[in-house]
Amino acid sequence: MKRLLKGRLSFIFLFAMLTLILSGCGEPFLSTLQPAGEVARTQYDLMLLSVVIMVGVIIVVTAIFLIVLFKFRRKDESIPKQVEGSHKLEIIWTVIPILLLLVLAVPTVKATFDLADVSPMEETNEDGKTDVTTVNVRANLYWWEFEYPNEEIITSQELVVPTDERVYFNLIASDVKHSFWIPAVGGKMDTNTDNVNKFWLSFDGDKAGEMEDNIFYGKCAELCGPSHALMDFKVRAIPRDQFDQWVGNMQSVTEPVAAESATAQQGQEIFNNSCIGCHAVTPANTTPEAARMAPNLTNFGDREHIIGYLENNEENIKKWLNDPESLKPGNKMTDTYGDLSDEEIDALTQYLTGLKVQD
Amino acid sequence: MSTLAQKKGFGATIWDYLTTVDHKKIAILYLIAGGFFFLVGGLEAMFIRVQLAVPNNDFVSAGLYNEILTMHGTTMIFLAAMPLVFAFMNAIMPLQIGARDVAFPFLNSLGFWLFFFGGVFLNLSWFLGGAPDAGWTSYASLSLASEGHGIDFYVLGLQISGAGTLIGGINFLVTIINMRAPGMTYMRMPMFTWATFVTSALILFAFPPLTIGLFLMLFDRMFGANFFDPTMGGNTIIWEHFFWIFGHPEVYILILPAFGIFSEIFAIFSRKRLFGYSSMVFATVLIGFLGFMVWAHHMFTTGMGPIANAIFAVATMAIAVPTGIKIFNWLFTMWGGSIQFTTPMMYAVAFIPSFTMGGVTGVMLASAAQDYQYHDSYFVVAHFHYVIVGGVVFALLAGTHLYWPKMFGTMLNEKMGKWTFWLFLIGFHLTFFIQHFLGLWGMPRRIFTFNEGQGLDAANAVSTVGAFFMAVSTIILLINIIMTSIKNEKVGSDPWGDGRTLEWAIPSPPPFYNFKQLPLVRGLDALWIEKMEGKKGMTPAEPLGDIHMPNNSIIPFVMSSGLFVAAFGAMYHADEGNTWGIPVLIIGLLITLGSMLVRSVKDDHGYHIHKEELVDDDDKGVKA
Amino acid sequence: MQAEEKFTNETWPASPEKQTLEAKNKFLGFWFFLGGETVLFASLFATYLALKDKVPNSEMSLAKDLFEMPLVFAMTMILLTSSLTSVYAMYHMKNFNFGKMQLWIAITVLLGLVFLGLEIYEFNHYVHEFGHTFTSSAFGSAFYTLVGFHGAHVAFGLMWFIALMIRNGKRGLNLYNAPKYYVASLYWHFIDVVWVFIFTVVYLMGMVG
Repeated sequence: MKRLLKGRLSFIFLFAMLTLILSGCGEPFLSTLQPAGEVARTQYDLMLLSVVIMVGVIIVVTAIFLIVLFKFRRKDESIPKQVEGSHKLEIIWTVIPILLLLVLAVPTVKATFDLADVSPMEETNEDGKTDVTTVNVRANLYWWEFEYPNEEIITSQELVVPTDERVYFNLIASDVKHSFWIPAVGGKMDTNTDNVNKFWLSFDGDKAGEMEDNIFYGKCAELCGPSHALMDFKVRAIPRDQFDQWVGNMQSVTEPVAAESATAQQGQEIFNNSCIGCHAVTPANTTPEAARMAPNLTNFGDREHIIGYLENNEENIKKWLNDPESLKPGNKMTDTYGDLSDEEIDALTQYLTGLKVQD
Repeated sequence: MSTLAQKKGFGATIWDYLTTVDHKKIAILYLIAGGFFFLVGGLEAMFIRVQLAVPNNDFVSAGLYNEILTMHGTTMIFLAAMPLVFAFMNAIMPLQIGARDVAFPFLNSLGFWLFFFGGVFLNLSWFLGGAPDAGWTSYASLSLASEGHGIDFYVLGLQISGAGTLIGGINFLVTIINMRAPGMTYMRMPMFTWATFVTSALILFAFPPLTIGLFLMLFDRMFGANFFDPTMGGNTIIWEHFFWIFGHPEVYILILPAFGIFSEIFAIFSRKRLFGYSSMVFATVLIGFLGFMVWAHHMFTTGMGPIANAIFAVATMAIAVPTGIKIFNWLFTMWGGSIQFTTPMMYAVAFIPSFTMGGVTGVMLASAAQDYQYHDSYFVVAHFHYVIVGGVVFALLAGTHLYWPKMFGTMLNEKMGKWTFWLFLIGFHLTFFIQHFLGLWGMPRRIFTFNEGQGLDAANAVSTVGAFFMAVSTIILLINIIMTSIKNEKVGSDPWGDGRTLEWAIPSPPPFYNFKQLPLVRGLDALWIEKMEGKKGMTPAEPLGDIHMPNNSIIPFVMSSGLFVAAFGAMYHADEGNTWGIPVLIIGLLITLGSMLVRSVKDDHGYHIHKEELVDDDDKGVKA
Repeated sequence: MQAEEKFTNETWPASPEKQTLEAKNKFLGFWFFLGGETVLFASLFATYLALKDKVPNSEMSLAKDLFEMPLVFAMTMILLTSSLTSVYAMYHMKNFNFGKMQLWIAITVLLGLVFLGLEIYEFNHYVHEFGHTFTSSAFGSAFYTLVGFHGAHVAFGLMWFIALMIRNGKRGLNLYNAPKYYVASLYWHFIDVVWVFIFTVVYLMGMVG
């Protein structure tokens, strides 16, 4: 039986070591353990507080546990004293946990209210707009639309936000329930089909600067169908002035940008015949939601990724145009357009990569 | 009756089990069916882990993966854990309170067959066009959008098996209230009986909301209703509430009996009375009560607003207090005891740190503001596997080893039992500990694959390795069961030597009437008291007399099969051009209602075993 | 005490419904069953309240347009009366007067049938006059499910009473069937209580808007 005890001890030691090591892992653009915003920071602090309390509990339990296992193994056939209980002990292990929980409950309640404070986005100014950065998120099978109601522009798949200020979100789903999650920046909120949910996040400028191309990863956190796993989006968090510039660039696109090269022009033709029914290439938010059936592609060429998770390069675009089903099973684009020849796909790819608002 | 079973042929044995109303045989049926579904659910788990072993794996397709994950959860909760818990409740609880059977033997059989047909129906989906694919929670918008009949199988299968569970719950409640042996007061009931009692009350109040939720979905999917269609005025959040008003108590329905089993084990193998028995009872009742107040903590991110979130957060944290009381009571039961490390005891010992881990992450999840990060991530997956596997499955494995001799009259091999234990323990922690971190690193749950370069590769591989340990462990358990059954070395009434409660006072397996004379209970741990006074068994509370027993009946089987048939009609009637759906639905319901009528109008007074036969039994040495 | 034993007025016990262990179990178990049923109906009430007047467009009828006091009031009175008549039946059961018990149950069944008839008329009225159907809106689904679920309970109760009356018509009362009558009447009272809530929550609250 000595072996058993040794096994157990090393087990616990192993866990402690593992915990220390593992908390350092994870990628900074995705990990909740490397918070890059006020919300994630609040949540991370709560995690630390609860971990400290819980480790305290575990140490007490483990200590008693080990003493018991060492000391009270059966040595002879004698009958131990039958103890009914102990009021003193029972009161101790009722009261102390209550106190510990209070220590956690108070900051929890405070944080819960703080994180739900969306009052600034509910005050409208004389234009019927808000004075804060607001984004309407609309989740779809399996893509994300981001509408900026104040700026009156739309983009998709890659959310662009200003850093170091609170950004407010209206969240809704157009088909089935999804959930909007940017782990490194803050906890998630569901996009329901029934109602608009509201919350805010803020993006830390310094942390964002450390990311490749200022990009954080976003995820859909609610099972929504076969491609739930692939319903990623990206978040580009940039300083306020760059954000304003981006908005200006977007707003300046009022007509579909004409393609330059001959191949791209051919591609634009194909696009106008087969794709434009669903995909818009202008950012204005004047079309009704129901008519916005697919991602807005105005700044497609600027995005670092396509379809939410693949690197934006010609090879991937062609793969997608050729057989969307293989990259996102169950997506709504498959079979909505006729077979395209390799040539047509090349042309389309040329056109799409040229869709840029930034130089 | 069962004394004659040896002489019967195979067909007769089958018929005996189809018609039995004996709680011990029904327990065996639950054990076999639940064990089978446990293997099915385990196989599905292996598929999940293999698929996630490496990034961008294509071992299974995206759609199939969703079916597997849905069926894994649904099968494990409803068709494996629940029936296995019911197996031990059925086998042991009536013995622990000194009863000859449950209050409603007929309904007991009906409950089993409803569960069984529901489970078979659900699993037939694999062969009839695809399994449900919206997760075991089956949230309304996705489940309404789901094509094919998968979700219909889920709805109808759970509806049928849920009815069986509800019947079982009522049955146990009445049994415990009305059929305790003389002297068995409430505060002398063994902890497992108390757990059964509270669990049954939870079942009674938790299953109806699920029934209604399933009905609403059934009407929406099959009969054109609009409960969950926002464009028609419906609301999908209603489903979330109903599901979790059921779903949260459900986890206590599973864990309380597990606590009960462990309470028995700690006392037996420490040779010591359960420490703080009354506070244990109090804690069990309190957990059951609080279990109904906290369902919305599964919906913190649904957008209920900070007030509701804060209330449910604090209420949820409160549950940690009674649970903590239990942990410390178990530790102090062992304190000062004389601990023998048998296989069941090893599970019990391992349960304490494992479950404590699940408990503390539970408190973290309860804290609403941080839950926004954990919700629907692998952190949650890790948490509930720590409580369900580290709590419930450990208890079921422990209970299997502990009660095997009582149910079958022969002991499982201890050496193999320990192999099973160690492999399972290592595999369990290897699989699930790392998943906490996967969640914290940003991995959502229920994803069929993940890309490279997100820092998730190594941990997922480790997790998969752990799953194989558990698979091997399960295989060893199966071999153990087969070898033990072949050897079939008979044991006496108290094979562990330190039994404390009434079930260890009668032969293993007990005769079909359990107690020849009802025992007189003189305190908590009734048998232990007698042993300490140097007596061999219990003092009878009544003179030897005729025993009234219920008749076997095939009606429960027929009644359940009617619903099974009706479910096919309901499911297919909405298909285009289907003409046979409605008639089949009606025929099925008529079979069920007809059997109810037969049951109602046909008098069934049972039969009596006469005194003389009981004396005879003694001579033949039924005790074995 | 044996279940099959023959009784006379003098030997008939005061509480015939719980003399044997089986009867006591049935009695208690049925109360638990009704507890579960209460949660079932509570869930349906919650659904109804959540979806009340939730219709896809403004042309569709709402609760205040649909319900009419006279009809619903008549239904309520009939069902309440039927509860009273079933009490009479139980009174005669305790006094070992089988004939009168059967008679009062028959009256109860009759009242139940009238109630059910009126309910069918009511539903038919809503469907044809207002286009308010099970599939027309979430409000319709919730209304018909709640009220219809109650109606199905009434129908089941009637079948139960009828089966009991026919089965035991020739052999009179004993300790085996007394508890059966008793729980059937309990069930009937429960249905009645549920209707009082439906009357209040659905109809009265619906009419005031």
